[in-house]
Formats: sequence, structure tokens, C-alpha cells
Amino acid sequence: MTSARKRFASGVLLASLFLLFAARDANALPAFARKYGLRCSACHEAWPMLNYFGQKFKDNGYQLMNDRDAPIWQNNGYWPVTIRITPSWHRESTDKVAVDQAASGQQRVTSHGFDVGGLDLLSGGTLDKNLSFLFVLSSDENAAFHFESVNARFDNLFGSPWLNLKVGKFELDNIVSEKRGLTLSSSGGGFQLYHFVPLGDNNFVGQIGDNQFGLEWLGHSANDRTRISAALINSSDGNVDLPGSNSYTGFFAGSQAFELGKLGTQRVGFYAMVGQAPTNTLTSGGPDFPIAGGGFGNKNFSREGFNGIFYLGKLDFQVVTQHGSDDAYFATSTAAPGALPAGARSAVWNGAFVETHYVYSPQLIFIQRSEWLRMSQQAIPGTPSNLGDIDNYVFGYRYMPIMNSRAGFAIHNEYSWIRQRGGAPDGTDLTSNSLFLGFDFDF
Amino acid sequence: MRRMMLNGSLVLTAVVTVALCSFSWAQATKAEEDRRLGMESHIGKLTGHAAAAQGTYRRYCVGCHGVLGDGEGENAQWLDPKPRNFTLGIFKCRSTTTGTLPLDSDLFDTIGRGLDSSNMPSWNPLSSQERADLAAYVKHFSARWVTEKPGTPIEIPKKPEVTAERLKAGQEVFQRVECWKCHGPTGMGNGPSAATLTDDQNRPILPYNFHDGNRFKCGTTDEDLYRIFMTGLDGTPMPSWSDNIKPDEAWDLVFYLRTLQPMKSKAKEIARQIGLKPGAPSAAPASAPQQ
Repeated sequence: MTSARKRFASGVLLASLFLLFAARDANALPAFARKYGLRCSACHEAWPMLNYFGQKFKDNGYQLMNDRDAPIWQNNGYWPVTIRITPSWHRESTDKVAVDQAASGQQRVTSHGFDVGGLDLLSGGTLDKNLSFLFVLSSDENAAFHFESVNARFDNLFGSPWLNLKVGKFELDNIVSEKRGLTLSSSGGGFQLYHFVPLGDNNFVGQIGDNQFGLEWLGHSANDRTRISAALINSSDGNVDLPGSNSYTGFFAGSQAFELGKLGTQRVGFYAMVGQAPTNTLTSGGPDFPIAGGGFGNKNFSREGFNGIFYLGKLDFQVVTQHGSDDAYFATSTAAPGALPAGARSAVWNGAFVETHYVYSPQLIFIQRSEWLRMSQQAIPGTPSNLGDIDNYVFGYRYMPIMNSRAGFAIHNEYSWIRQRGGAPDGTDLTSNSLFLGFDFDF
Repeated sequence: MRRMMLNGSLVLTAVVTVALCSFSWAQATKAEEDRRLGMESHIGKLTGHAAAAQGTYRRYCVGCHGVLGDGEGENAQWLDPKPRNFTLGIFKCRSTTTGTLPLDSDLFDTIGRGLDSSNMPSWNPLSSQERADLAAYVKHFSARWVTEKPGTPIEIPKKPEVTAERLKAGQEVFQRVECWKCHGPTGMGNGPSAATLTDDQNRPILPYNFHDGNRFKCGTTDEDLYRIFMTGLDGTPMPSWSDNIKPDEAWDLVFYLRTLQPMKSKAKEIARQIGLKPGAPSAAPASAPQQ
């Protein structure tokens, strides 16, 4: 072995030893962990994904429902704030990108390098017993911030866990939460199902994965086995200053958990999003100058499906299905009351994903997600039936050598692959893949 | 030179002896612990297995109670009251007589209910099986479960009807057995002895403040409160009163203490009607130490 190889081998060995010995027992969202003195593994299956105890804590308004919930119990120096940031090296490759220099007008583009995905500044907790709040200030990679979440919640009104009211901008009550997802890569970080828009469709407000402005009622049993919620939200996809019009969307969810012997606690549920949104807008000074709040020509859309979380020893499966529909005006990007293309009809699709986790320990989790979206009715008759269909596969692991009640640090490695039928510039299939290697930490 | 060699040999022998002793002690301890990992708990039809709870304990409990179950987890230093030291095999919430081991169901119920006035939350989102496994795992930390059996559960007679007479009688019991010394004349946990109380590990401990809410450390019901009097809270200054008060008197005390709590109750309504006030002239005997 050459001396250079020896040095390299020694370096790898030292790094491995550092990781091995730095690996302490798991302890997560530090702001809450600091308050209650619980390890983050108590609330998170693997940070940031919640387990049943963490879901109950959240549903109770970030309270353990003991006599220590009010902030008056905390040390004066306690400030419930958490910072999360994810520096990484990643590689992105898309097989057919419109390129001026390419003879065919399109070619594969691959890029890789060191990067950062932005920063989250989170604060949440109780203002008093049964009065909780959350704000999440998120930035993009250029440090441009926006309010990801801002809400206040009245918890356990009249002493009942069935009466909880939340106002502001919040994550919809998806029992399989994308915001708490374990995947981070460009092609596989989000759930396609939660953001799907058929090709040629311009309805951007039906994304159940985006945080929304509105009012939510949530009720749950004392042990959180039964959960039900209803939310009235702006049809604005969470954008501020009422950009659309006076249109609203309803989101409803419910689930029931039950014990299945030694397999543990299983949960099954449903969700439905039904709403209207504008397809047209008033303008001032030309079509490129819409008047904020001047939307009109409201049309219907819906998303509904079943979801479930199933445990099988160290394996768990998150399953979500969806049946979606957008009115013909959305589906053909036609501004109502304009004339629709001949034969135009609603766009309809079905989809599902299964995300599998193997929780080796609270510090090490292996992740796989398979996701499929299939159009069942194209807006324009004669369109290829599979145009816009999506297949997405993600593989990864997340290792948390440090996970204590003050901070969390994860080494995250992930590969994802996605294909959209007919999405390339030449009308053929478009595929992309991502490789992600990074650190995800919060304090 | 020979003297140096002799000294060296003695030191080496001592080191080897200590190392061997430590090794065999560690082996014996490990073997003992492994043997106790076979510990079971039995709650109704459920059978809990200690070995099955290792991962669950590590995920949920170890931060406070520690890897060794000695209450020395990394968060223990920030907590008050301190987490329970399972190796002692002493538990507050029991249905068994004072000084004895609790039933498996007592441990199971405590895990599911949590302990009010402490950092121990309710772990009822965990499945029944997981809680039964954890109860067995808690047992495995103490050799007491190898050598002793759980105590006999106390009997709780049927709860009588609350009456004005019973409330007055309860107040008299409160005076006679000097509950006020720790819990204060009005039950606010500020009795003259309150500041001096320590637990069995000599750590300061506060008496219960009845004005705080409607939950007690070991339950919420009248029966739970009755049980607390009669079994005591082992490991704390709260003794068992089973030798000092009769079952009927214990019920009287339950009813009276309910009048001290903030929530509405039949006892409180009757107390209002008859003008029964906590800390009334008879509540603090002239000889009682002043705060």
C-alpha cells in the first residue's frame, strides 16, 4: 500500500471511529425537548416524522397535558426557538432539457456540487395552558424568507379534547405529513401526490401538501386514537394578501387507530379537499397586470383519498391514495367564462404512494417510497391516456449520531428517480434523478 | 533492584486481582441482568416481556430514568421531582400495602396515566402490549422482584353517599391525623413541615397542593384518593394511614379533600350550603406550629 493510500485509509478509519463514538443514544425538536426534558425519540419515529406520542403531543397543542404545560413553569431564560439547516452535496440529472446548443434542441443536463437548501426558524409552544402557537419562518437558498406557518390555537375548549380551534397559516391535517417527511432530494423530497397538477392544467390551489390560511377545528379522543378535523381555507395556496378572490376550500380528515396485538398500533383514515378557485382575474393596464383580489370565474376541484400507517415490528408503512378532479376550465387553462376547447371535460386522476421505513433504532432509519399517479380522464379527448402520469421512487437512509434534548444532527443519503410521461420538450417521457448527501441538523 | 522487582510484582498482582474481580463481578452482574430480562408482567390477559421492551425503553424512557434504570438519565439533572430509581423497587402508586411491591397492573396503569406534578407524561398512545412489556422491563431493574412477591392489594369498600356530616367528620380527621402539617390548613401544600420534607433519597419534596387541579399523583377518582391514604406513597413522606384511620373515616377525608379542589363537586356544593370552610377555627389547633 502506498503512503497516500495508507493516509486515505487512516482518514476513513478515523472518520468511521469518530462517527461510531460520537454516536450517542438518541434524544428532537429541541425547543420542546428542552421544555419537557424528553428525548426527541420520544416524539419522533425518526426526526422529523412523528410517532403516536408525538402526534398526541401536537394534537394537544404542544402540551403533555400535565401541570407543566404553561410557560410560567419554565426558566426565565427559556426561549422556544429552533433553527434547522441542511448543507449538502447533491447531483441532479434530467435527460431531456430544451437546450439551444443541442442539435436536436434537447439534451441531458447534469449538475452537481455543494449547496444549502435554506433555513427554517421555528418557534412554537404554549402562551398559556391550552393556548398554543407556532410560527415557521423559512428561507430559500438565498435567504429570502417567507412565513411557512403562523398560527394560534385554542386547545381543549370547555375542557374537551374534541374542541380545538386553530387560526392562521398551517399544515393541513394530513396524518401522513409531508412537512415532517424523511426525504430531502429534489426528485424525491416531496410527495408528488400532494402537489400533482395534470399537464396543461393551471390549478395551483389544490395542493394538499402546501400550508394554507384558514380556520381549523380538530377533535380527538383523550388517547388520540380517534381524530377528526375540518378546515375552511382560502383558495390561495397559502399566499398572503388574498391574491385570488372570495373563494374558499374545505379540507376534512379523520382517522382511527387500533391495536393489533404484538404488531402494535395501526391507523387508517381518509381526507377530502373540496373547493372553488378563480380561473380569471380583473386586470388594470393590460392582461399582464392583474388586480390583487380581483379573481372571478370560480370553478370546482377536489382531492380525496384514504391513508394509513401500519406497523410490522421494525417495519412501518405509510400509505396514501388519491382521487383527484379539476374542472375543465382549470384542466384546459381556460379563463371562465371564455369558450372551452371542443369536447373539453374535467381532468381526473388516481394515485397512491407507499413509504416504507425500517427503523433499525431511533438513530438509524432506512427509507423507501414508491409513488404512482395515473390520469384516468384527460381534459381534451384524444390526448394520450398516460400523458402526465408520474412514477417516483426514492431510497435512502438517515443516521442520527447526535440526537439529544438540545440538538439533533442527521447524516442523510438519498437517491431518487422520477418519470413524467410526455413531459419532455419533444413530447416523450421526461426522467430525472437526484443523489443527495448532506447533513440535516437543528438546534 | 530485587526490591523494585518485588514491588513491581506486588503491584502487578494487585492490578490483575482487581481486574479479575471486576471482570467476574461484571460478568455476574450481566448474567443476573440477562436472567432478569426474562421477567414478565401479567395484566389481565396480557403478558409483557422485559426483553421485548428494550427498544421502547431506549426510545421513550432512558432520557430520564437512565440506561441502568437508576433515575440518572441525561435529563434527570433538570427535572424536579427526580425520575424514579427503578433499581430500588420502591414505587409511589400501588394498590398494595406500604413497603410491598406493586402489582404489575399498578406499573401498567402508572405508565398509561403518567404522574401529575412531575415530568412523567401519560404514555397511553403506546399500545397495551408495549406498556405491558415496559412494566416487565421496569421490574427487571430490581432484584426485589426475584426475591419478593407483590403485596396484597388493599380492599376499597363501596363509596358511601357524601353528606354534610361526612364532610364535617372528614375535616376532623384532617385535624386529628395532622394532614395540615404538610398540606397546610387550607390544603395549599404550605403546612409548617412542608419546607422540611425530603424523599427517601434525602431530596427536598413538596406536599400536594389540593388547589392545583383535580388530579392526584396516582389517579383522579375518589377511589384513587382513598387508595393513596391507605397505601401511602412509598419513597415519599406520605405514610400509609391504614393503621390510624378506619375505612369510613378515610371516605370522610376523601369527601372533605374534594371541597379543597377547584373543580365543581357534590362535596363542594354541600360544603358551600353548610358554610364549611377550610382552615376554619377548628382547622388549626392552638398548639399547631405557626408557619
